[in-house]
Amino acid sequence: MNLSNYLVLASVLFSIGAMAVLLRRNAIIVFMGVELMLNAANLAFVTFARMHGDLSGQVMAFFVMVVAAAEVVIGLAIILAIFRTRQSASVDDVNLLKS
Amino acid sequence: MTSVLPALVMSGSQVEGVAAAVPATGVLSLAWLLVALPLVGAAVLLLAGRRADGWGHWFGVAASGSAFVVGAVLMVATLGAPAQERVADLHLFEWISAGAFTLDAGLRIDPLSLTFVMLVTFVGTLIHVYSVAYMEHDTSRRRFFAYLNLFVAAMLLLVLADSYVLLFVGWEGVGLASYLLIGFWNHDLPNAVAAKKAFVANRVGDVGLLVAIMILFAAFGATDFETVFGLASGANEGLLTAAGLMLLLAACGKSAQFPLQAWLGDAMAGPTPVSALIHAATMVTAGVYLVVRSAPVYEGAPNALLVVAIVGAITLIFGAVVGCAKDDIKKTLAASTMSQIGYMMLAAGLGPIGYAFAIFHLLTHGFFKAGMFLGAGSVMHGMHNEVDMRRYGALRRYMKITWITFGLGWLAILGVPPFSGFWSKDKIIESAFAADGGTGWQPWVFGTVALVGAGITAFYMSRLFFMTFHGSSRWPGHRVSETETVDEPVQDPHESPALMIWPMVVLAAGSVALGGVLAIGNAFEHWLEPVTGHVEHHDPVLPIPLIITLTLVLVIAGAFLAWRQYAASPVAVVPPRGSVLTRAARRDLYQDEVNEGLLMRPGQYLTRSLVYGDRQVVDGSVTGLARVVAGSGELARRWQTGYVRSYAATMVIGVVLLAAVVLAFRI
Repeated sequence: MNLSNYLVLASVLFSIGAMAVLLRRNAIIVFMGVELMLNAANLAFVTFARMHGDLSGQVMAFFVMVVAAAEVVIGLAIILAIFRTRQSASVDDVNLLKS
Repeated sequence: MTSVLPALVMSGSQVEGVAAAVPATGVLSLAWLLVALPLVGAAVLLLAGRRADGWGHWFGVAASGSAFVVGAVLMVATLGAPAQERVADLHLFEWISAGAFTLDAGLRIDPLSLTFVMLVTFVGTLIHVYSVAYMEHDTSRRRFFAYLNLFVAAMLLLVLADSYVLLFVGWEGVGLASYLLIGFWNHDLPNAVAAKKAFVANRVGDVGLLVAIMILFAAFGATDFETVFGLASGANEGLLTAAGLMLLLAACGKSAQFPLQAWLGDAMAGPTPVSALIHAATMVTAGVYLVVRSAPVYEGAPNALLVVAIVGAITLIFGAVVGCAKDDIKKTLAASTMSQIGYMMLAAGLGPIGYAFAIFHLLTHGFFKAGMFLGAGSVMHGMHNEVDMRRYGALRRYMKITWITFGLGWLAILGVPPFSGFWSKDKIIESAFAADGGTGWQPWVFGTVALVGAGITAFYMSRLFFMTFHGSSRWPGHRVSETETVDEPVQDPHESPALMIWPMVVLAAGSVALGGVLAIGNAFEHWLEPVTGHVEHHDPVLPIPLIITLTLVLVIAGAFLAWRQYAASPVAVVPPRGSVLTRAARRDLYQDEVNEGLLMRPGQYLTRSLVYGDRQVVDGSVTGLARVVAGSGELARRWQTGYVRSYAATMVIGVVLLAAVVLAFRI
């Protein structure tokens, strides 16, 4: 199987994630888009590790997973806090800093 | 260097006979009381407030009177000393101490300052007494006396100071007191404006005095008379000329000399006793004092001295012309003062031959002018504060004593022998004819001006006298002619109370006898010799008997003209239109218009353009910078939409662009 197909899949996943982040307003969906982008990057890391026979890429993928897990915890907590105060999970409503 | 200085001081006796100062001992060390007593009077009256309303005026009289007593004691003590020991310096305290420079506050008691002390305290006390009655119905009479005391104290400090810096303190005090007194009735706007005008004109002069002090200090490193006068004889002429001209500017401001004369007429806004005080004793005489005191400076600057004489001559004629046209009795007297001070300045400008006569005329003028001002106040007192002489007439029948005392002052200012004015004014005219050693153009020009001035003086003072006391009565209620009557409240002219009469009588006695007594054997000249020095008089360009005759002929002609016009023929109540010169003189020869056109308006334009420049350029650059920053912030703010998605999009676009750039360069 051609390894470059994994790379194409990774870029497609990344683009879908990016589109979700850019186009959706619901903070949960945006968050899922971010996760998708992270995992697309993980896929690319692993693919390149396989291509070059070097484990560094796979190590990096583990790092990303750990960081993503921490990020999910903090991110979900923030979303929950915002929802509690503003009764909304829309990212467009979070604009208190704008004048 | 140190050995040079004493040598210069030693060579400092410029004019023969000038005495060096000795330390003041004995009763002379009481001289500080002269300044302290009226100053304490002013302080008590001002601080005690309304509690002192009942006795404040007599306290003021006592403060001024006790200063006179101290002055008289000093006078007797000085007269008892030999002529060469009559200049005494009294050290009071160390005033300023800055590094190597120290300035002592001290008083100089010499014949010149004592002459002023006697004039100021004697005439001042009489005016105090007069004011007790004159201001009787004024609710703030106590405050008035506080200011009068302050005025006397400042003037005494001015004439007694032994350094220019201390003199300046008195100089400013006189300016302050005159401002307070001219604007005493400042609930009327014109009075407040007049006070401000006097203050501003005086400030111009004060700048002159300050610059003069700076010049002298920069040149000699000292401001006390002893050092400055000692070093002046060896100093550069240009420097002394500059100092002399600046001193003259100061004198012009204080003494209302051309071109700073405009404030004097308006200063009549103050109560009449104030006018008497300003004109006779405490204010306008300060300029003459300054010039005579600075004689050693002018000694080395003949050009500055010539300018002094020219300024005096111009003011002499200027005041006389203005006096001829005024209908306001006080303004006529003010113009007359201006003219008489012009005589003194002219005399002082003649150099050593004139100093003594300038002071002599100042002394006699102090008496007869104070007497006439108090007389004018008495007339106003009896005439419901009417000042228009065209509404007077025939008052001799109703105010006999005022008429007689005023008449004696009138004869004195005319210079009729043997009244006071004759002895002093005639000497000035003679000296003017002997100006510049009796050669060149100066004796003729100055002599003629002084001579003609005497004639004009006779005309306008006689005009004032006849319009007020003679002719037909023109005040309201009396028939002016068969057809017209003036429908205003009926005037009831009456003589003033005794407290006002007695000062006038005393001053009238001085107007009669003082000049003659002091002229016996040139006593006054010899008295001043320790200060002004002994000089040999040159012969005038005309014989002295001829000058005296010419003067008297002109005086009689002027008086006769005034008699024919204002006593023998009826005087119009409404002033006639008059000639071009009359109309100009009524408006003070357009002095206010000239000042406005030359100084006030350009000054206003200058300040306005400066304010405009400040707003547009200085403020504009600062606010412009702020506006640029705010504007660019406004533009940059647009990028910050507050939407998370747009920030994310920006990041994505940025990354894509960066990737594209990297790829483009690698391929």
